[in-house]
Amino acid sequence: MGKLTFSAIPIDNPIIMSAVVCAILIAIWIGHEITKRKRWSWLWNEWLTSLDHKKIGIMYVVLAIVMLVRGFFDAILMRLQQAMAEGSSHGFLPPGHFDQIFSAHGTIMILFAAMPFLVGLMNIAIPLQIGARDVAFPFLNSVSLWLTASAAMLVMVSLGVGDFSKAGWSGYAPLSELGFSPDVGVDYWTWALQIAGIGSLLSGINFLVTILRMRAPGMTLMRMPIFVWATFFTNMLMLAAFPVLTAALAMLSLDRYLGMHFFTADHGGNPMLYVNLFWIWGHPEVYIVILPAFGIFSEVVATFSSKRIFGYESLVYATGAITVLSFAVWLHHFFTMGAGADVNAAFGIATMLIAIPTGVKIFNWLFTMYRGRVRFASPMYWTLGFLTTFAIGGMTGVLLSLPPADFVLHNSLFLVAHFHNMLIPGALFGYFAGFSYWFPKATGFMLDEKWGKRAFWCWICGFYLAFMPLYVLGFLGMPRRMEHYANPAWQPWLILAAFGTLLIFFGILFQGIQIATSLGPKRRAADPDPWDGRTLEWATSSPPPSYNFAVLPEVKDRDAFLEMKRAGIHSPTRYEDIEIPKGSAKGAFIGASSFACGFGLVWHIWWLAAMAALLILLIVISRSMEEETMTILPSGEVKRIEEAGHVL
Amino acid sequence: MNRLLKTFPIAVLLSGCESAPLLDPAGPIGKSELHLILISFALMLIVVIPVTFMAFWFPRKFSASDPKGKYEPEWSRSSSIEFVVWLVPAIIVAALATISWRATHRLDPFRPIPGNPVRIEAVSLDWKWLFIYPDLGIATIDRLVIPVNVPVSFRLTSASVMTSFFIPSLGSQVYAMGGMQTRLHLLAQREGEFTGQNQQYSGRGYADMHFRVEAVSADRYAKWAEQVSRSGVKLDDARYAEIEKPGISYPVREFSGVEPGLFGKIVKGK
Ligand code: HEM
Ligand SMILES: [Cu+2]
Repeated sequence: MGKLTFSAIPIDNPIIMSAVVCAILIAIWIGHEITKRKRWSWLWNEWLTSLDHKKIGIMYVVLAIVMLVRGFFDAILMRLQQAMAEGSSHGFLPPGHFDQIFSAHGTIMILFAAMPFLVGLMNIAIPLQIGARDVAFPFLNSVSLWLTASAAMLVMVSLGVGDFSKAGWSGYAPLSELGFSPDVGVDYWTWALQIAGIGSLLSGINFLVTILRMRAPGMTLMRMPIFVWATFFTNMLMLAAFPVLTAALAMLSLDRYLGMHFFTADHGGNPMLYVNLFWIWGHPEVYIVILPAFGIFSEVVATFSSKRIFGYESLVYATGAITVLSFAVWLHHFFTMGAGADVNAAFGIATMLIAIPTGVKIFNWLFTMYRGRVRFASPMYWTLGFLTTFAIGGMTGVLLSLPPADFVLHNSLFLVAHFHNMLIPGALFGYFAGFSYWFPKATGFMLDEKWGKRAFWCWICGFYLAFMPLYVLGFLGMPRRMEHYANPAWQPWLILAAFGTLLIFFGILFQGIQIATSLGPKRRAADPDPWDGRTLEWATSSPPPSYNFAVLPEVKDRDAFLEMKRAGIHSPTRYEDIEIPKGSAKGAFIGASSFACGFGLVWHIWWLAAMAALLILLIVISRSMEEETMTILPSGEVKRIEEAGHVL
Repeated sequence: MNRLLKTFPIAVLLSGCESAPLLDPAGPIGKSELHLILISFALMLIVVIPVTFMAFWFPRKFSASDPKGKYEPEWSRSSSIEFVVWLVPAIIVAALATISWRATHRLDPFRPIPGNPVRIEAVSLDWKWLFIYPDLGIATIDRLVIPVNVPVSFRLTSASVMTSFFIPSLGSQVYAMGGMQTRLHLLAQREGEFTGQNQQYSGRGYADMHFRVEAVSADRYAKWAEQVSRSGVKLDDARYAEIEKPGISYPVREFSGVEPGLFGKIVKGK
């Protein structure tokens, strides 16, 4: 069994063990409920093996929510620890555990909460918005999902079996090298990132091809909804950035497994190379998580202002400019590494340039509301919360782009405040807006507004209370990642931040209640077009049939559906047979094998890793030999579904 | 400078107390950096204030339930507005870029401060700092004594992982990395005791990797150096091997002698 022994299970650690026991109990309870309701075969046939982009999207979002909750519990632990650990008190976490928690929190939030959330929303909305029946490669889509899920599983398992990385989410060498991190933590981190990275790369390819090749007749590039544009640029970033991460982590693994010296401080290795490679991926990555949210805000603000989006071309060019620039700024993450003033200044200025297109976008959203009729539904709440909060984060970001300012603020809690100020209002609020906007479309039920708005108020107030004190702490000289500290002046601010986190906890709780009431016995069925939508997803029933559009729509305007509504919608006179992909379990099997492979590699269980890798290969070969991957839905059946109006 | 400080409420709130080192810098580097932060902050408010104002005002004014402005659902472009929204941020960024270019060159940590400096070689170890005074032939652990109004010229390296050497009251941090040396130049203009710290997470003992900085008069500095050099404990190979071992909350130590060229050897990976 390689390095794996029973001592890998931290039974002596009550905090970890109770988390593990909780997770196992929840899993057992869910399993029990499914058995009681005899839903296993439904779950397997209708969901886990489905190649329908909408269902894959929903599964991605479920994964994201589960991981968001896990990441948030990590955040609570950190906030409690830091609120207590002043002076001689070293808080309540066992030594070394705090280090695992911030590493896990960062990794999980970015790769297993934000990424699946945005890919899920893309899955739900993109084919519908471009008037397509599916994505370009439905099976690949399922593979991406299961790779992401199995990577997330790997991170979860590290809780109970062995340790997670203690080297931060960025895993800087040489700290992440074998000499300084001899346990399996870093390996869990690398293999989880590798597997998830391949999943993201594959979805990047999939959506680029979908957007380029599968638009409905008449939908020229300049008629695509802004969210489609945002997704397009996001996937270009994924395609270009993720291979860099894969290569960097592969080199780190060669160092760790085969004793090579890519990034060691001695024997000719160079840790600075790692830092560069990490951020050549890492900076575009933050735009990967934020651009789709920008796309969602654009959709929401136009719909809920009942007005065309202001400055469409500007928005598109601005997004394109951000995409290009985001590859030219990575050095701003380490101005303090000792590059010359010319290099630092050049990268600093490149970073500031991004503020221009970003500023333009904000003005476009504001002027979309101008002379509109703003309806305050919960997607709009998240959008307004973003608009009023994001400027602060942008401002502190530009501040950090000034190398001399960064010389004093680098790696401080000011920085932590800055990037949460971008990621929570910028990315997360965008996903929440998208979630509440498309929930009726994806599930066929309206999302409860009352709990949604309560959740919003908790989140926004909690955000300010949890993160504004961190800006102050930066000026008080507090570094990030402190397990404990000797300076009593920091403590009051950290206690405030802990209260803010408590408020966010209620926000998340209320979102849970919101989802439960919206799907529970008192649920309310959603109309096809509950928000008076402007784009094509609202032309389908809620939820849409498996084939989305019985007849492919003809696009004549940017606000394609609005134009159709004005011209009058006629039901089609004749239907045709539609080809839809058959479900396939092979995606799930590839995911499971990847998990086994990753686990084997982490613990040096070579036979397991080799067998799992071989299995993946065999599944891929057998899938490519399959001939009948599609089935035909006869026109009679399409007619029946369309006339019944509602389907699943 | 002080007048500038007073215009920022939060700065006023904090500058009073000693505990806000970035707002109350003890040397010219930190002061320039604070100055730069405040100037660019003010410049950015030119955009941020109107944006925030509009973000509250527009949805209220054009609220569907109680609209106070006209409704033009097709109005979606205006060259003059577009021109302004590209131009204003561009001008501000151009201004900031100019400021940044000049400040980055002026405040380059590698750039010596005019004057005859005290030379110090700082080595980051797991999890403590070793300071070698090559001109005095003495060394300390986790205690840095420097004379006021004399430039201090640091060479930094690491005998273990990557760390960042930072004295918040004086300004500018720079990484210390194994197998190479980086430079940092600071100057204290005020006598006092400050905290120095590692600002780059480096493993288990990171949170305890801070040290005391004492900026003292030239007299006291000379006296202190004299005292240390008479204390009789030398930093030889055996002792270095001992302090190189990872350890948390290592006691402050002073050495009356150092093997010459120790720093160079550490850089070469000893
Ligand atoms: C929901 C509320 C959240 C809270 C209360 C929270 C809190 C924290 C805290 C306390 C830290 C450690 C700060 C330190 O180094 O001292 C941290 C780090 C971090 N957080 Fe969050 N966070 C939240 C949400 C998020 C989200 C949504 C993301 C990303 C999408 C995120 C990404 C990160 C990253 C990347 C780090 C750095 C981890 C590292 O140092 O390696 N956080 N967060
Ligand atoms: Cu960046």
